[in-house]
Amino acid sequence: MREWFKSGAPWIWLNAGAVAVSLVMVLGVLWLTAIRGLGHFWPAALVETTYTQDGDTIRLVGEIHEKSSVPAQTLRDAGHDIPGDRPTVTRYLIKVGNRDLFGTDFQRVLEPLLGELRYPAELVAVERREWGNLYGYLLAVKENGAVVAEGEAAWPELQRRLQRAHALHEQIHQLEKKDIGAINYAMERLRLRERRMELAHELDPASLEEIAMERQALQADYERLQQGLASLYEQAGRDSFVTEVADGQRIEVPLMKVVRAYRPNAMGLLAKTGFYAEKLWEFVSEDPREANTEGGIFPAIFGTVMMVLIMSVLVTPFGVIAAVYLREYAKQGPLTRLIRISVNNLAGVPSIVYGVFGLGFFVYFLGGNIDRMFFPEALPAPTFGTPGILWSSLTLALLTVPVVIVATEEGLARVPRAIREGSLALGATKAETLWRTVLPIASPAMMTGLILAIARAAGEVAPLMLVGVVKLAPALPVDGFAPFVHLDRKFMHLGFHIYDVGFQSPNVKAARPLVYATALLLVCIIMLLNFAAIYLRNRLREKYRLMES
Amino acid sequence: MTENTTFTHGIDFSALDRGTRTLRLASEQPCIEVKGLNLYYGEKQALKDINMVIPRNRVTAFIGPSGCGKSTLLRCFNRMNDLVDGVRIEGAVTLDGQNIFSKSVNVADLRRRVGMVFQKPNPFPKSIYENVAYGLRIQGINDRRTLDEVVERSLRSAALWDEVKDRLHDSALGLSGGQQQRLVIARAIAIEPEVLLLDEPASALDPISTLKIEELVYELKSAYSIVIVTHNLQQAARVSDYTAFMYMGSLVEYGDTSTLFTKPRKKQTEDYITGRYG
Repeated sequence: MREWFKSGAPWIWLNAGAVAVSLVMVLGVLWLTAIRGLGHFWPAALVETTYTQDGDTIRLVGEIHEKSSVPAQTLRDAGHDIPGDRPTVTRYLIKVGNRDLFGTDFQRVLEPLLGELRYPAELVAVERREWGNLYGYLLAVKENGAVVAEGEAAWPELQRRLQRAHALHEQIHQLEKKDIGAINYAMERLRLRERRMELAHELDPASLEEIAMERQALQADYERLQQGLASLYEQAGRDSFVTEVADGQRIEVPLMKVVRAYRPNAMGLLAKTGFYAEKLWEFVSEDPREANTEGGIFPAIFGTVMMVLIMSVLVTPFGVIAAVYLREYAKQGPLTRLIRISVNNLAGVPSIVYGVFGLGFFVYFLGGNIDRMFFPEALPAPTFGTPGILWSSLTLALLTVPVVIVATEEGLARVPRAIREGSLALGATKAETLWRTVLPIASPAMMTGLILAIARAAGEVAPLMLVGVVKLAPALPVDGFAPFVHLDRKFMHLGFHIYDVGFQSPNVKAARPLVYATALLLVCIIMLLNFAAIYLRNRLREKYRLMES
Repeated sequence: MTENTTFTHGIDFSALDRGTRTLRLASEQPCIEVKGLNLYYGEKQALKDINMVIPRNRVTAFIGPSGCGKSTLLRCFNRMNDLVDGVRIEGAVTLDGQNIFSKSVNVADLRRRVGMVFQKPNPFPKSIYENVAYGLRIQGINDRRTLDEVVERSLRSAALWDEVKDRLHDSALGLSGGQQQRLVIARAIAIEPEVLLLDEPASALDPISTLKIEELVYELKSAYSIVIVTHNLQQAARVSDYTAFMYMGSLVEYGDTSTLFTKPRKKQTEDYITGRYG
């Protein structure tokens, strides 16, 4: 035994065990988020049953969301009438939908009080633009209040008309966002121009008249579009359908409010797979709906990636220049040592502190001064003096710059002296040697720094809440209006989205699977960004591989 | 002491009888003159009052035991010692009459005129072509035709052209050690220096590569003044016209190679070349 300890084998086992445990945990977390998140998009079977409580029997229709086992005694103590003498009772959480009618999406039911579970093929699930899902039986499809299809014929008719409604909705969306948006943007530009001239005392009657003319033209355009919009709304409001929900109410729903309608119990495996793919695609490519609890998360993906990219562009030159100075030019002494210690300690400062600093320095001080100098016409409304994507990227760049500095310094230290002397001996100055030989050789180390920076920045949320992230951004930071990239805009971020959807939304239970899905996506994006950087680093390594000596 | 007797100790000095020309240091054109050179690393004195003249278009070898200061002296000629912290230099080294330590001298210009090849081959992690073109690019010469021409000429001069002409744009790190060293020499002569400093250029190479380097040095002599530091006495005997023996930071003896090896004037020199120490 003592021999075995002396041989060092136990330590190898210990280390290997630690690695294995870490690996299992990482894979476990990924597996959990994947199962919970990805399962959400699968069309769940709709169940119909009865529930008897305190003598009342009601009809329930919905998806079984969760199943748990509860000790029967606890329930009896709580006043529930549990027949029989079994020790535990299954409790279901059923998503009954129809939030506008029932007030809540979910209902907890106890298995012994349930009637027979049935899965009728005709049950329809309707995804709406507001109020969540609706579950019920389709009775009729109407056009301008007159029934056009009933019974069996209603379902194909509904699908047909739904397509038309979608096309109309797309048109309306296009008109509101793009065309009217462009007019609003131009109007705002015009207002700012007038204000700028006023501030510069250049406002003469001629230019005033010109502005008034342009404004009139825009106004005319706007009214024309508004008319078009009104007629589109009228057309879209034409169709509706009538449905009977669980408690027997009959309600009429305009098709304009419907995203999709499907009959999960009638769907085969192929249809379900197609539906699943469609939902998944919607999740990554669409805007969110209903306070972020439905629809997609595209703006958050876009914001996260763009913020990380801007941060990379900012942090790399800054960190590299600082490292080059520290390693190559600064006189090595107590002062440089102090600077190094400070840099290393910067990496340990809690990120929220960076957030506060970013808000105070970047947003209020820098942004405020930029506004006073370059955008006085917009004041008191801030342009850059308000949280935005540029300030978020800068704050995170500040947060991650120590990592880049340290990695680059190590890379510079590893460049062999012989290579530097070789370059100097050919008549290159120090700067030329650095630029042409040393920095390329150290570039894989810089990429390592950048990889670590990206890994840290992409997952950071706390400081961003202060300097630019919002729950719902009205527009992406990149769009079709000049100057196309709007660094002053607020943006959405996956990390914040997780926090918001999971813990701040009015309907936490319904949104929980989305939290898992978003988390999975965030992990995937960080991995993707990392892999891209690692690929780049390996290419550089291959290119600047030095002799093994 | 009698001539040509006991000192050879197995060293083949037949190479010394290159023709019948007689070499006399005093009649040579001076290239580099060293006057009262003292060099200190901090407190430690590494070079002690060196005075010597390096002749033009000849090969001058520095020999001596490890740590005697021969590399340090060599590195004074292109001011490579500037890179070492805590170095202090007294005295003068003149190149074509100008003191290279004077403030008006641009170090980069000096190094263009005094090329250097190091002990271990140190090609840049670039293509063979770019390695040779490096010095020219530094000078802002990017014209493709000029570069092609210089690269070819330099590689031919370094006796490397035939071996690499089909893979000029491959990485220089794929070459063998001997090829790399010749590449580094090609790189140094591409910028046409006046002086070529070789710091033990063959010590990390196999015998055949060493031979090639020595042949190369012999070839290059007509165009460049060459100073070579070597541990290998046979090498010094084979390639050099003049030899300087250094010991403990001092220049002990300096003269034409055949005299120094066959009839050394100083006891220390004699002991060293007969292998009694070193």
